[in-house]
Amino acid sequence: MTVEDIRKILGAKVLVGEEHLSEEVKSACGSDMMSDVLAYSKDHSVLLTGLCNPQVVRTAEMLDIVCIVFVRGKKPDEAMLQMAAERGIILLSTGHRMFSACGMLYEAGLHGGAI
Amino acid sequence: MDVITFHYTISPDDFTRAGEASSDVKSKLKKMGVTPEAVRKVAIAMYEGEINMVIHAKGGEITVHISTERIEMVLEDVGPGIPDIDLAMQAGYSTAPDAVRSLGFGAGMGLPNMKKYSDEMEIHTVIGEGTTIRMVVNL
Ligand SMILES: Nc1ncnc2c1ncn2[C@@H]1O[C@H](COP(=O)(O)OP(=O)(O)OP(=O)(O)O)[C@@H](O)[C@H]1O
Ligand SMILES: [Mg+2]
Repeated sequence: MTVEDIRKILGAKVLVGEEHLSEEVKSACGSDMMSDVLAYSKDHSVLLTGLCNPQVVRTAEMLDIVCIVFVRGKKPDEAMLQMAAERGIILLSTGHRMFSACGMLYEAGLHGGAI
Repeated sequence: MDVITFHYTISPDDFTRAGEASSDVKSKLKKMGVTPEAVRKVAIAMYEGEINMVIHAKGGEITVHISTERIEMVLEDVGPGIPDIDLAMQAGYSTAPDAVRSLGFGAGMGLPNMKKYSDEMEIHTVIGEGTTIRMVVNL
């Protein structure tokens, strides 16, 4: 699916990267612990997280993650928005909780990929 | 054969900036035409090490040597040292305080990740003085 599909499914707001919404996403990972995320390295993936600090963007950068979805309506600050924009990372924000957001995407066919 | 060396000083004071060195190395390797696979391995391994230098030690120095065959990272910190390396290497083992956990670190996955993403890894540690970690990613 594309990031635009994810945006629609989660009713998410685009915070950064409006111009990249057609990018393809093949797998997803949801966690608030960045080293758990770093253990997971798949191409074209999206990260769902309730954590909201610059290291989330940094982690996404290291893994070439296409898009970060902040759950529970978390709003990154200006510095984070700028970091993401510079790196071409899309930021979305949804009011859904982690479990529901992951479930909605899973149901729509986006899986975590084999371990 | 030519070796290019990059050097970084890691400040212990600003968690927000932790990872800037890894970010810089990643973009340099990309520009040099290193394969995406190798770039990602170096980026993840170095980033985990850089974060550890900030959250567990008092910063330090990182030197990265790049040749046509390999990328070598040497992370040298001024810190408490690691009393039991085998224990520290276990997935899930962490001494990180709650303050660090609330920043998204402290899962005890950093050292295992560094091992997983590097082709060679050596830890040298002296209690009360610091830790030096050398990692190699083959090209
Ligand atoms: N540079 C270091 N200096 C001193 N102790 C360290 C250093 N790096 C790691 N340690 C010790 O080893 C433990 C395990 O490190 P590891 O990176 O695997 O996990 P973590 O940093 O606690 O959590 P995570 O990396 O998942 O965020 C740490 O909790 C700490 O006790
Ligand atoms: Mg760590």
